[in-house]
Amino acid sequence: MSKKFMYVNRKAPYGTVYALESLEVVLIAAAFEQDVSLAFIDDGVYQIAKGQDTKGIGMKGFSATYNALGDYDVNKFYVERESLEERGLTEDDLMPIVYEDEDDDWAEKPSVKIVSRAEMAQVLSEQDVTLSF
Amino acid sequence: MSMLHIVNKSPFERNALASCLGHALEGDSVLLIEDAVVGAIDGSNFIEQIKVAMADKSVYVLGADLAARGMQENRVAEGIQVVDYAGFVDLAANNEKTQSWL
Amino acid sequence: MKFTILVNEGPYQHQSSDSALQFIRAALEKGHEIFRVFFYHDGVNNGTRLAVPPKDDRLIQNEWSALAEEHGVDLVICIAAAQRRGLMDADEAKRQGLDANNIAPGFRISGLGQLIDGNIEADRTVVFGD
Repeated sequence: MSKKFMYVNRKAPYGTVYALESLEVVLIAAAFEQDVSLAFIDDGVYQIAKGQDTKGIGMKGFSATYNALGDYDVNKFYVERESLEERGLTEDDLMPIVYEDEDDDWAEKPSVKIVSRAEMAQVLSEQDVTLSF
Repeated sequence: MSMLHIVNKSPFERNALASCLGHALEGDSVLLIEDAVVGAIDGSNFIEQIKVAMADKSVYVLGADLAARGMQENRVAEGIQVVDYAGFVDLAANNEKTQSWL
Repeated sequence: MKFTILVNEGPYQHQSSDSALQFIRAALEKGHEIFRVFFYHDGVNNGTRLAVPPKDDRLIQNEWSALAEEHGVDLVICIAAAQRRGLMDADEAKRQGLDANNIAPGFRISGLGQLIDGNIEADRTVVFGD
């Protein structure tokens, strides 16, 4: 039995542990061969901002892990356009997260899909289990 | 395939309610619990937004959390339904899924 | 109907443990099944047996233990989150070379897979957090 899992990320990384520990759940979920998607809404878009440098705050950075998710067949990163715009960000501020499509001769494809708020609402409504942290 | 959206933060403190209402679809239910109940009080700044949402969604507030914050049911804006924990369970069971806007 | 409950916050600091307890009791009262309660993030602190709140306050950890004892509710503490926060059962304390353990009766420590399994097995997942 396979369910559609959505991990909703609405918080910036580092200020709280939610982003890091959410990522740990996603890694485990991937091993269960469920249909896994991630949503980045509100401040959650900062979780996949490029150029994260945590040296100055004494915490281990974990942004590289998002890039590794493609290897676990986690390649649906829905990012809300309005959330980016409200924060003065564009797609160019995000890490170029990619995966290799085994059905297309391992062609490298982007994992990030920029969607409108209305599209995000639709995606959220299509899930079986929605986890937020 | 309706969803129960659960909001537990005061709309005066965080944007969880706004974000929830921006993503809830027609036929969904929105339940305000814990500090989120303050948004349901008649005359609060958020009633306008909630009223717009109630055109095609149902909005509920948890009575125990209202009472704990000194608010009686008669202070809740018209159209918002007050439920107890049993009602909360029913909402979770009667919608196909839930999402907590943490 | 089968429910899996996720608790993301520790007791006392946030209302989430209390809300989850009330929800679970109401669900059991209605004849629903609580398949599992999974404690994650600071939620693992719901499982310490060393909390001593003032006498006139509720002892949240005991309320969980009572649910396990009276209704057989499966209370699972995430091992990774627990290790970060110093929640140990006897086996884990021994494995880590620590001189004490602090897990309350009725709780067990296990992996995140137990959360995913709970989400798969249950008809509904309800998340309580901050």
